[in-house]
Amino acid sequence: MCGIIGFISRKKRLIRGDKIAIALDSLKERGNGQGSGYVGYGIYPEYKDYYALHVFLKNIPTYHQIIDKIKNILSKYGVVVKDEEIPVKEGVLKKEFIPWRFFYDFHDSYKDIENDLMVNIVMEINDRVNGAFVFSSGKNLGVFKATGWPKEVAEFYRLDEYEGYMWLAHARYPTNTRGWWGGAHPFNILNWSVVHNGEITSYGTNKRYVESFGYKCKMFTDTEVVAYIFDLLIRKHKLPVEYALSAIAPKFWDEIDRMDEEERRIHEAIRMTYGPAALNGPFAIVVGTHEGMIFMNGDIEKNNTMIGLTDRIKLRPLVAAEKDDLVFVSSEEAAIRRICPELDKVEMPNAGSPVIVRIE
Amino acid sequence: MGNEEIVVIDAKDMNYRELNEKIHEVLNKNPNIKKIVLKNVLGQRYIGNGIQKRGLTIEVYGVPGGDLGMFMSGPTIIVYGNTEHAPGNTMDDGKIIIHGSGGDVTGHSMRGGKIFVRDDVGYRSGIHMKEYKDKFPVLVIGGRAKDFLGEYMAGGMILVLNIDREGKDLGKIEGRMIGTGIHGGSIYIRGEVDGFQLGVAADIKEFTEEDREKIKKYIEEFCNYFNLNEDIREKLINSEYTKIAPVSKRPFGKLYTHDLR
Repeated sequence: MCGIIGFISRKKRLIRGDKIAIALDSLKERGNGQGSGYVGYGIYPEYKDYYALHVFLKNIPTYHQIIDKIKNILSKYGVVVKDEEIPVKEGVLKKEFIPWRFFYDFHDSYKDIENDLMVNIVMEINDRVNGAFVFSSGKNLGVFKATGWPKEVAEFYRLDEYEGYMWLAHARYPTNTRGWWGGAHPFNILNWSVVHNGEITSYGTNKRYVESFGYKCKMFTDTEVVAYIFDLLIRKHKLPVEYALSAIAPKFWDEIDRMDEEERRIHEAIRMTYGPAALNGPFAIVVGTHEGMIFMNGDIEKNNTMIGLTDRIKLRPLVAAEKDDLVFVSSEEAAIRRICPELDKVEMPNAGSPVIVRIE
Repeated sequence: MGNEEIVVIDAKDMNYRELNEKIHEVLNKNPNIKKIVLKNVLGQRYIGNGIQKRGLTIEVYGVPGGDLGMFMSGPTIIVYGNTEHAPGNTMDDGKIIIHGSGGDVTGHSMRGGKIFVRDDVGYRSGIHMKEYKDKFPVLVIGGRAKDFLGEYMAGGMILVLNIDREGKDLGKIEGRMIGTGIHGGSIYIRGEVDGFQLGVAADIKEFTEEDREKIKKYIEEFCNYFNLNEDIREKLINSEYTKIAPVSKRPFGKLYTHDLR
């Protein structure tokens, strides 16, 4: 189960967060109130050059000590420009955690390696600081998630006060692990955000693989690893996005056999090199990305992208639609039409084949 | 509400439970009802679920949610829009006519009745369709089907016409794993299909004039529902089809006992 929806304005038009909440609400039957979440891109224009860290702090009277520990780690490499509790509406949800945000800037001497450092910082906080979980660490974007129904979580985080040009959302129906705030989607690292419907049966293999590169899986659920795989393959290993996606949902060997010599060799190499990055099991995922990523044969594109992908034998649904500058991806067409009744085009992407949408 | 023949329900912003209860209420109060018109449908699941009534038409305007007409026996559902997953799930009798596309697993486990889809269907359509005596389910797809068409099919018929809205040919089909695990029934696909597009247990059989006779009436019915002219109808009837059926009567008879004689 699980319900996913995302949309992007190719013209970078800003759209208020309540829209995505309305759409996600119509997918609530696909979840069970044990986790809902949103990510908005372009929501922090005032702080767009700073990393926006969203952190869950265990709701205990001494939570300020957790903040101090986080600040200690952060101050090693840069400056906390601003920090505060993420504004919430009290009384909507049981506050298992206090969501806090830090706007953070690296010292100039670290600018060249700031992405790598930020990944390390996230891993360090999640691993070493008791009662703290970083759930969002990109620039000019923010994840908002909690245990609750789509509407409750949107109301709790006052989503209507944010505007973004891309939003992804997820209603969770936890299956293999219990529902908790950190287990809700989206999962994020840097500018990668992932929402996912299904289960990653290859989780053990994938987890060991990313852990060998220093990532630490701490959220007790499989989707977390998908965000790290994207970061590893596309940002660190600089694979063109199409090939990275082919590593994640590999071509079948019999399909590879029928390819042209060059393509065949590339896909053989991908399967052999990145076997442990392949996602097995049923899935439909939508991935949001940001700027400064390396796509398409090494060209640097400062574009923002939304990717939709299902497992290659299509065990989970995914529909894509377009209206003017807007592109939507969702588990169900009805959720798209809830916020955009008239669509120019509706289609079901092929299994294992990505839909990639870029900003104009 | 009394003894009316046509009832209109505005489903705008209505929860699926409320809508389905309302439909049953209308049926109970109006024994002579001929038609229920559902307006502004958007994502409501289970419409027509389990209704046993011949001569009833349910018109759906919008995009109904999953499992449309599940376990239904008798009514005709006409959808002006696309449908989500599994329209006609385990349907027993009646008709579903979709003026748009069907989602994944269209005709899931159908055991009787007919489904006509104007455009395309998603993955695993016709999965586990079955037949018994006079129960013979038929799924007609105007456009194209995605992979795993007729997976584990045990009976009935799937017909893929491979044309667009204007009746033009869509070219060679792309689906893979067609008829994986098929052990009964037949799939007719207009145009050529390569051997590698078939799944385990499926085989390409000769398309005979007898087969053409079998599919003719469903083509005619399809053309009537979607207003396709005589030329297109004739073209469809006289086209070459690929017939896909089980390699043998019991392709998996020795799956677990291959060493026994």
